[in-house]
Amino acid sequence: MTEQSRVQPQDGAALLPEPFLNWFARRGWAPRAHQIELLARAQAGKSVLLIAPTGAGKTLAGFLPALVDLANRPKRRPGEAHRGVHTLYISPLKALAVDIERNLGKPVAEIGLAISMETRTGDTPAHKRQRQKFSPPDILLTTPEQLALLIAAPDAKRFFSGLRYVVLDELHSLVTSKRGHLLSLGLARLRRYVPGLQAIGLSATVAEPDELRRWLVAQGLSSPLEGEVPPKAAVGVTSEGTAIRPSAAAATPSARYAGTSPSRGEEPMADLITVAGGAKPEISILDSEERVPWAGHSSRYAIPEIYEAIRKHRTTLLFVNTRSQAEMLFSELWRVNEDTLPIALHHGSLDVSQRRRVEKAMESGSLRAIVATSTLDLGIDWGDVDLVVHVGAPKGASRLAQRIGRANHRLDEPSKAILIPANRFEVLECRAAVEANYLGAQDTPPLADGALDVLAQHILGMACAEAFDADELYAEITSAAPYARLSRETFDRAVDFVATGGYALKSYERYAKIRQTRDGRWRISHPRFAQQYRLNVGTIVEAPYLTLRYARSGRGASRGGPVLGKIEEGFLESIAPGDTFLFAGKVLRLEGIRETEAFVSNAVGNDPRIPVYAGGKFPLSTYLAGEVRAMLADPARWKALPDQVSDWLRFQAEKSVLPRREDLLVETFPRGQRHYMVTYPFEGRLAHQTLGMLLTRRLDRAGARPLGFVATDYSIAVWALDDMGSLFKRGKPPLSTLFDEDMLGDDLEAWLAESWLLKRTFRNCALISGLIEKRHPGQEKSGRQVTVSADLIYDVLRTHEPDHLLLQATRADAATGLLDVSRLAEMLSRIRGRIVHKHLEHISPLAVPVMLEIGRERVAGEANETLLEEASLVEEAMGSG
Amino acid sequence: MTAVPLEKDAVRGGMISVAGELALCDRRGALFFPDHGLLAVSDLHLEKGSSAARRGSLLPPYDTAATLACLKTVIDDFSPKIVVSLGDSFHDGEGSARMPELFRSRLAALMAGRDWFWVSGNHDPDPPAGIGGDSVREISVGSVLFRHEPSREAGEGEIAGHLHPCARIVQRGRSVRRRCFATDGSRVVMPAFGSYTGSLNVLDRAFAGLFRRDGFVAHMLGADRTYAIAGKRLLPG
Repeated sequence: MTEQSRVQPQDGAALLPEPFLNWFARRGWAPRAHQIELLARAQAGKSVLLIAPTGAGKTLAGFLPALVDLANRPKRRPGEAHRGVHTLYISPLKALAVDIERNLGKPVAEIGLAISMETRTGDTPAHKRQRQKFSPPDILLTTPEQLALLIAAPDAKRFFSGLRYVVLDELHSLVTSKRGHLLSLGLARLRRYVPGLQAIGLSATVAEPDELRRWLVAQGLSSPLEGEVPPKAAVGVTSEGTAIRPSAAAATPSARYAGTSPSRGEEPMADLITVAGGAKPEISILDSEERVPWAGHSSRYAIPEIYEAIRKHRTTLLFVNTRSQAEMLFSELWRVNEDTLPIALHHGSLDVSQRRRVEKAMESGSLRAIVATSTLDLGIDWGDVDLVVHVGAPKGASRLAQRIGRANHRLDEPSKAILIPANRFEVLECRAAVEANYLGAQDTPPLADGALDVLAQHILGMACAEAFDADELYAEITSAAPYARLSRETFDRAVDFVATGGYALKSYERYAKIRQTRDGRWRISHPRFAQQYRLNVGTIVEAPYLTLRYARSGRGASRGGPVLGKIEEGFLESIAPGDTFLFAGKVLRLEGIRETEAFVSNAVGNDPRIPVYAGGKFPLSTYLAGEVRAMLADPARWKALPDQVSDWLRFQAEKSVLPRREDLLVETFPRGQRHYMVTYPFEGRLAHQTLGMLLTRRLDRAGARPLGFVATDYSIAVWALDDMGSLFKRGKPPLSTLFDEDMLGDDLEAWLAESWLLKRTFRNCALISGLIEKRHPGQEKSGRQVTVSADLIYDVLRTHEPDHLLLQATRADAATGLLDVSRLAEMLSRIRGRIVHKHLEHISPLAVPVMLEIGRERVAGEANETLLEEASLVEEAMGSG
Repeated sequence: MTAVPLEKDAVRGGMISVAGELALCDRRGALFFPDHGLLAVSDLHLEKGSSAARRGSLLPPYDTAATLACLKTVIDDFSPKIVVSLGDSFHDGEGSARMPELFRSRLAALMAGRDWFWVSGNHDPDPPAGIGGDSVREISVGSVLFRHEPSREAGEGEIAGHLHPCARIVQRGRSVRRRCFATDGSRVVMPAFGSYTGSLNVLDRAFAGLFRRDGFVAHMLGADRTYAIAGKRLLPG
């Protein structure tokens, strides 16, 4: 909102009150076309979706209708009752809400508006929250979780009675998660309190704007509400650069797993205003003098060139995909930092005070570079960044565009970015991302149906607010776009789940949390359930973390020194006391773990055992995967690639074959004492892990005696004692059978039963749905032996009631989450009849990257029994067991 | 003198010797003394699900069924003459009264034709109501003594539960945590048998001083056998 274009005010004059016009004039600005357009539509009673790039004055546009309405409002007379919240602003980040208060406060003061504005987040002190309840501000800036709490309070209806607008920031990032599901239900409740409520969504460019437009307004009504308009009312203020989703990316998950959306063209939608991006960003891929590695994720080869780029720019923002990459890059940069440039590190695991220091330094312009993970993805304004370096492949075209948007908030000047591929396949992926960016292609994921665990949480919340009638609540919930297709039967099962657990064995009637009273309405049976709800609200389930703390010298795991941050329990589990690792730019030695704290000391030497690369959180997008396959298949496109990469592909064509875009190449070859099968689906690491697991099961049944597999974002390697190539040639089994879609039936079920991935998913669902409670600070010490672990509940439930609502929710999550089954299903159907088998005598050039991961990666698999056996055998051999 | 088919796959487990008595650590968490035809299980925590439900946590009401089903497979395999349930057999004092009739009759069928001892635990200090069997504070058989909580002093020949031991190893960069029998040859702390029972690492402070350092072994429960792991290979957490 810092920049306004210097065009003459035209129609704005008619809509904007005098003080606003004066303010614009004083600043030498004119309101932008989309700001006036949005104001006009809001004043006509419409809900609006504004899609605009960073720096387009999106925030001011979003608030303008509220500010104008509030400015025209008559003054409150002494003694008149408080008017309640006029406008609710919801942001995914606590920090963003604070940021907006600061940035919006300035124009409000300068225009001379008497408008009160306050934040309400988890950090807001209790007394302030209490005060806000009886004396609410005009504009309340808050988060989805706080909204859930507000609407679940008994006085919610009164509190929101004066509400006119809801402004939803960073909508594109909210809608894809369970937070978005919860928020959509909150919005549905607000619309019930205030039927004329208007929603204003602010979003970055997405593939399917219509999904967001439906999200903003009530669905499933026979006739559109006043103020809603049919889809044709969409306007592009400028048409250039609007979102397209190329056909390859438009594929929707198979109906079996995620459910495809039937055409809902007739559903009500918010108006659309699209602002084209300004100057195209200048994105280049580092054409290194050095050899680009075959495999790995470190990008270490490029450190001198990255450092040079930092030296040549004012402020550089370096993005990486994971925390461990951030640690590695930061420490490598400091190794070569001869000029001692101020380079800082920022990731979500660092202690809060350290993160705040870094953010302050960044704002004041005293940093030359900052290495960051996705904690900085969202719209916080970082000022004077003139270069974005993306280390590692971006994994998605839209993700890249949003990250580059961080640099250079001046709309008319091009942003500048350099991509650093960590290995050769990433060169192809980076190239595809750059081309997509040039075309303006978007690959944001399609929206999934609302999750059932979130639904259960919301139902309890609504019972806390006031007794509900099931018919009314069902109508309200299905007016939220993510739940528009929720069947009445599933809704009733969710109510039953909230009441008594929803079990076939009806033994908990007397312990019901909500009960139907004589008037047919459901109410909570005890106030303590409202308390329970408030403590467990929200959908953010953090992985179990341990606090990382310095041990007092020489005393091992004793009570300790300063806190460094927090670290995943899962990571610490894989290392033993005495092992070293990188954290906060330091090499640390694990001394011991006590309860929820890990004690460390500074290690001697610079060579830590670097945290395992746990894979990016985001798998390669379907769109980029398709583009990489297309590029492989088309030698004409290799000209855009560095020589070392195009040589590599030519070599592959010579030694084996390059698959066509829609084909699946399977190579088999012997090496050492083993036989290998390497295949290249390009469907991302998560789907590949699942596929690898299923393929090994099937190969085992076929008698090939598989030993293990590794999966990357691009390919999978399976190794076995038997010659798989010969088996395939003899049709034992034929490859088409091995890759048949029926592997997603019984094989998947059998594997899922034991999979820790599914157990973790179940735990999240159990927490969100309220079946088990979040542990709160101070409770952790109650010890493992008294808490019922989610794993045990999962085992029992799966055996006794496999169709339970929570298991249904768990499977739905797994389809798109950690297992990415939906993507695997699409792939298997795509390659039917298009498998190309090459039985080779030697490893092929294309297979080298994944083969190098063997030994470097932890071997995927669930053979915990084997590990136990090894451990006990060692004992026997040493004679000490 | 044993009539038990120890070779049978279903009962693969580790033989240990406690205070001179031979015992088999079963993979499901039961301890069988072939010379006495005695089977010990500890910390069944029956009706833990309904106990949580009373406090508003509506866990699946199938834990009792699951625990009894598992107990049945163990009893079927060993056909013991004597069964000792080593305390915390019910999750709370009203557990036995609350247990649905269906499960009461299943339990009665397991108890029929053998001696059954309910050792009192901290969760169930009083004898279970209307279930049958003998309720005792402790019971000694041969050279071993069964009691719920391990004593801090003389431990020779003591078989106890209460602490729900588990053990953890890291092998090839991966962590495996399992319930276990903890023993140093002179006493045993048994794993919890109940389907909703959590566990505590044997390296936790709660176990301090119970075992001799040399000869301390964790018999970790596996899918079809137990694995004996020396104490020095175990990790905390």
